[in-house]
Amino acid sequence: MSDSLIKLDEVTKRYGYIEALKNVSFSLKKGDFLAIFGPNGAGKSTLLKVLSSQTRPTSGNIYFNGIKLGDLPSDFRGNFGVISHQPFLYENLSAEANLRFYGKIYGLKEISKRTDMILKKVELYERKADYVRTFSRGMLQRLSIARSLLHDPDIILLDEPYTGLDQHASYILSNILREQFENNKTIVMVTHNLNRGYDLASKIAIMKKGKIVFFDDKVNVPEYEFEDIYLAKVS
Amino acid sequence: MKKYFSTVYYIVEKDLLLEVKSKEVVVSMLLFSLLVVIVFSFIFEPGAEYKNDLVGGILWMAFIFSGVLGLNKSMLNETTGGNLNALLLAPVDRSAVFFGKVVSNCFFLVIMEAITIPIFMVFYNINIFGHSVLAALVIFLGTYGFSVLGTLFSLISVKTKTREVMLPLLLLPLMIPIILAGIQCLNIYIKNGDITESYKWLKLIGVFDVIFTAVIFAIFDYIVEE
Repeated sequence: MSDSLIKLDEVTKRYGYIEALKNVSFSLKKGDFLAIFGPNGAGKSTLLKVLSSQTRPTSGNIYFNGIKLGDLPSDFRGNFGVISHQPFLYENLSAEANLRFYGKIYGLKEISKRTDMILKKVELYERKADYVRTFSRGMLQRLSIARSLLHDPDIILLDEPYTGLDQHASYILSNILREQFENNKTIVMVTHNLNRGYDLASKIAIMKKGKIVFFDDKVNVPEYEFEDIYLAKVS
Repeated sequence: MKKYFSTVYYIVEKDLLLEVKSKEVVVSMLLFSLLVVIVFSFIFEPGAEYKNDLVGGILWMAFIFSGVLGLNKSMLNETTGGNLNALLLAPVDRSAVFFGKVVSNCFFLVIMEAITIPIFMVFYNINIFGHSVLAALVIFLGTYGFSVLGTLFSLISVKTKTREVMLPLLLLPLMIPIILAGIQCLNIYIKNGDITESYKWLKLIGVFDVIFTAVIFAIFDYIVEE
């Protein structure tokens, strides 16, 4: 058994002539919370796509518990919970119907109980019978969080999860992420929000033009210096 | 294997629920197919004998073009909001997700055809099942083949800006064997020809269905992972 839960080894991803990721290498242990910062086009979202097996790396390897990603069975994807730019929800189904559908696809037991519990957690229980198309951007994002955590994943991948959230919804999300972190879940979050990312994370990475230009434990990065470090690395 | 078929079932169940709520796919396909059938019925003089040589083609044209419309709408449900990506992230065989969509699309097409065919038979004053119920088998096999290829290409084209044009451009050239064989079979049945003559065309559709099902089953993972 490998010491690292997730290990990236010289991962490169090209889209035609564009190199979205260039020889990215790092490893995370179970229970790590990595916040990835970087300007637009730095390759942050591509990194999450590669990690979640939505797309194959052009070269390099990704290992989970020492096993190469390509060699893992499809069941392994049940360890991931992904929050993306897109809500991953059917507009013409109710909030409850959406979660029930994903619950069945993930092979969950006691789906109704789990659905009610997670809807209460994101404060959407009262709206569970409403069509998703009637939801505001913030409510969609909260339901998207509920969908991604419905199956209690061990690895949570978040791509700009605070986008479109009001203060209250941001507070709910931060609390959920803290709870997941305390429950020893491994979290990788891509964000532009330096304060929130720094506040929640245990490890920090900065990306620029497809490369990891900074990677360290948060304890080695004083809060008052972080913004300066970020600006120096991305400029 | 049970999990595979469960996944297919859940996808179909979800698509049926979506269709019951929105009625977008079947209604749009049905309106278009009826429009084709009715508009083309006016080109024949009453009692014209040459009609029987052409009507099989008109029926397939109605199915294929309305089917293209339905496939686009069906796949839009999956790409709007990124649902397809969510399904591909699920711990299930990705080809089960694909075949779930194939079964849903095939089912919607069969509903459209089941309503269109009686109206077609009334407007053209013919009975395509009069001499052989094999016509039903030809239409079903052709519809399945169309669903398999159509679902694959709608998956590819729906991400493009010109999806309405792109889908028929990709799909129709590959559908030529099915369209050709389907028309030949229907012509034989409509004109009360030698039924054994239709067997070779039926086999062609069957082989087409089996080959594309097997190929897509084998390579679907690679297709969706860019």
